[in-house]
Amino acid sequence: MEGAITHVSRRTALKGIAGLVLGVHLPGGSAKAQSGAAQIFRSDGTTARFAPNAFVRIGTDDTVTILIKHIEFGQGPFTGLSTLVAEELDADWSKVRAEHAPSNPDLYKNLAFGMQGTGGSTAIANSYEQMRKAGAAARAMLVEAAAQAWRVPAGEVTVDRGLLRHAKSGRQGRFGQFAEAAAKLPVPDNPPLKDPTKFRLIGREGAVKKLDAPGKTNGTALFTIDIREPGMLTVVVARPPRFGGKVASFDAAEARAVPGVVEVKQVPSGVAVYAESTWPAFKGRELLKVTWDDSAAEKRSSEQLIEEYRALSRRSGTVAAKHGDAEAALARADKVIEAEFVFPYLAHAPMEPLDGYLRWDGERALARLGSQLQTGDQETIAAVLGLKREQVQLETMLAGGSFGRRAQVSMHLAAELASVAKAIGPNRPVKLIWTREDDLRGGYYRPLFVHRLRGAVRDGRIVAWANTVVGQSFVKGTPLEGMLVKDGVDPTTVEGARELAYEIADFQCDVHTPNVGVPVLWWRSVGHTHTGYAVECFVDELLQAAGQDPVAGRLAMMAKAPRAAGVLRAVAELARWSGPGPANNRARGVAVVESFNSYVAQIAEVSAGDGEGPKVHKVWCAVDCGVAVNPDVIRAQMEGGIGFGLGHALYAEVALDEGRPVPANFDTYRALRIHEMPQVEVTIVHSSEKPTGVGEPGVPPIAPAVANALARLGHNRLRRLPVVRGMV
Amino acid sequence: MTAFQIRVNGHTHAVDVLPDTPLLWVMRDTLGLTGTKFGCGIAMCGACTVFLNGKPLRSCAFPVSELGDGEITTIEGLTGREAAAVQRAWIARDVPQCGYCQSGQVMSAVALLKEVKRPTDSDIDQAMNGNICRCATYVRIRAAIKDAAHALGA
Repeated sequence: MEGAITHVSRRTALKGIAGLVLGVHLPGGSAKAQSGAAQIFRSDGTTARFAPNAFVRIGTDDTVTILIKHIEFGQGPFTGLSTLVAEELDADWSKVRAEHAPSNPDLYKNLAFGMQGTGGSTAIANSYEQMRKAGAAARAMLVEAAAQAWRVPAGEVTVDRGLLRHAKSGRQGRFGQFAEAAAKLPVPDNPPLKDPTKFRLIGREGAVKKLDAPGKTNGTALFTIDIREPGMLTVVVARPPRFGGKVASFDAAEARAVPGVVEVKQVPSGVAVYAESTWPAFKGRELLKVTWDDSAAEKRSSEQLIEEYRALSRRSGTVAAKHGDAEAALARADKVIEAEFVFPYLAHAPMEPLDGYLRWDGERALARLGSQLQTGDQETIAAVLGLKREQVQLETMLAGGSFGRRAQVSMHLAAELASVAKAIGPNRPVKLIWTREDDLRGGYYRPLFVHRLRGAVRDGRIVAWANTVVGQSFVKGTPLEGMLVKDGVDPTTVEGARELAYEIADFQCDVHTPNVGVPVLWWRSVGHTHTGYAVECFVDELLQAAGQDPVAGRLAMMAKAPRAAGVLRAVAELARWSGPGPANNRARGVAVVESFNSYVAQIAEVSAGDGEGPKVHKVWCAVDCGVAVNPDVIRAQMEGGIGFGLGHALYAEVALDEGRPVPANFDTYRALRIHEMPQVEVTIVHSSEKPTGVGEPGVPPIAPAVANALARLGHNRLRRLPVVRGMV
Repeated sequence: MTAFQIRVNGHTHAVDVLPDTPLLWVMRDTLGLTGTKFGCGIAMCGACTVFLNGKPLRSCAFPVSELGDGEITTIEGLTGREAAAVQRAWIARDVPQCGYCQSGQVMSAVALLKEVKRPTDSDIDQAMNGNICRCATYVRIRAAIKDAAHALGA
């Protein structure tokens, strides 16, 4: 990846880091990766060679730069992965910088995916050992370089906060002094890692501050939308109003007449307007006259889909999990409790709508975007432009949120970006931007789901449970189908519903995955966005019918789920739980959900509110994510996950009207605002288990916790989200 | 295209743009001041918040032709003790997640503290509820505003 090297070197030079830097490469399991010594590369790029598994660069100015293989869009990998390296390196945190690694799956693949990408709350989990080893190797090489320079045994050299010392001789020096010498040494095969009791950054309160906070506070952080290059054209695309529609014909005369509009071209996704700047592009698109061919488009409304799903839910689907005989148990029960839950399509609506920059000369391309699946985006751009992957350099940009939106199974953004570049021809750099309307009406939603649940209780316990899930699969028909779908079941549709933390003797979960022409996608916490709600609301309802306390009743069924029970106990203690109430017109609801191997329980204190929907006053949250690498980032993700989950549960829905998405902007797709945000108190359960993710697991419990509280305020059990329907 | 003289961050700039161009795009595309962000285009999210004569303005829905001799301040030109206190508090609390809305949040918070020395929760709700944060960093925004007010000696 010479292109990537050049680019990294250029940026290094721009930052004014002088001289030589140390590239550390680690044994990566292949013979090639173990060959040779550490590479030296100069900041002017002249002798630059990028080493395999290069995660650490140390400048002669003592700066430690960590190359981050995961995109930073708020969930914290810049800080998290840097913490892992700096811990083992014994670096001075004030000298640590983070930047996105170039796109190169050989070096920077997600160890959980086999390709470069971020998702499933895997960033810390898959990097924990890898980044620590990178730091430990760099430390060992610096120690060896210092020992050789001082002619002392390496074992007598200590490192503390970026300072190498030899106590006996009183010698000391900083990393930068030894970076050049260290780079010439062999890389240790298996550098020893610290005993966790010796950690001074990992898990330590206040030990690190987020590396990206200053630039995100003074306006200097650079996002894709901020890219400006000479000769760059800004591009917007008019897309069909219904999914599956096509351009029949178009008249661009008026659009072309807008001063600043340069070109109008048909592209596979619609009609692209190219302009010298953003506003003429917007205006030109408004003036386009496009006739759409809707003959193959999806024309059903949400209400129609819901009726069809309801009908499907009345018969069993493909069995996803089963033990005992739920049907027989329900048939012999004194009373069967039944509930149907309806979940709308939801948009991710990250603050920065989708965008991308691409420069292409016919042979090589440079793409810059907030890429969440770099390898797929890179390959897609190459395919559209007729290049090899190696001819496409992809630079990952900071992104203004994602919530799943930037990880597209179809790679449709990369394809559209390359298509608009291709349509106008080489040497015309383009910046493609989506407006908020494009975003909210552009599909790739959290799918609409219907759950039908039936249960029975006996002697204070839940004894039978049957759950039929109906909803689209975003995996079906894609390259992921072969990897994920087993026995006709897409696990992302039933995760959280097919395996409960509760012991229930007779259990079944089955699923229908109807074909609907609405593009859908994972959305922060994926299947748990709806299964968490359906399961935790229905458990609560059954326990109420059984006369059980919501916390004690759950715990009584959780003997085989110790970590889930652990967070439930922890949150009950934090909130000083003494039952759901109500008291003083407020009630409390609880929910506990495991997602992505992290365990989160929440208690919400809720009142009926002032007519504009319920008021959530306070949320207590307990999380067990194994070793807590950055406690404050974990708390931040719980706070944010609670706000994200709550806002959608209360207010958000992308309704379809004869196939056309109804909301267009934040006036009709209501987002949680500051006065609707509850107080949040988080406790992190101490654990020495392997670390797991926190980007998504804060989301699922909040909606059922709120609904369960509302049920205790005399509200009917909430069967359909959002809570405040039709109130905008 | 129409020529305008506009005052931004203490400097006069001559720009030649379509007269209905929102101030946001003049700042971002013409002047290169990209700290102010686009989030909705209809003054519903606050990511584009700047000051017009010291008061918050949603620049995405404000045509440049309306500006006249008004003085614009963007995040790049933010100065003064309230600004310093807010930005310090933001970093101390590690407020930002994705960070995209935060220029607008900081602008609104500074405007609040210029008006109200010791804002209550209700003051904060009023001043800040035009600024959406999809990461929901609201808990920390609230705390950081109170920290900044405290640091300013209120």
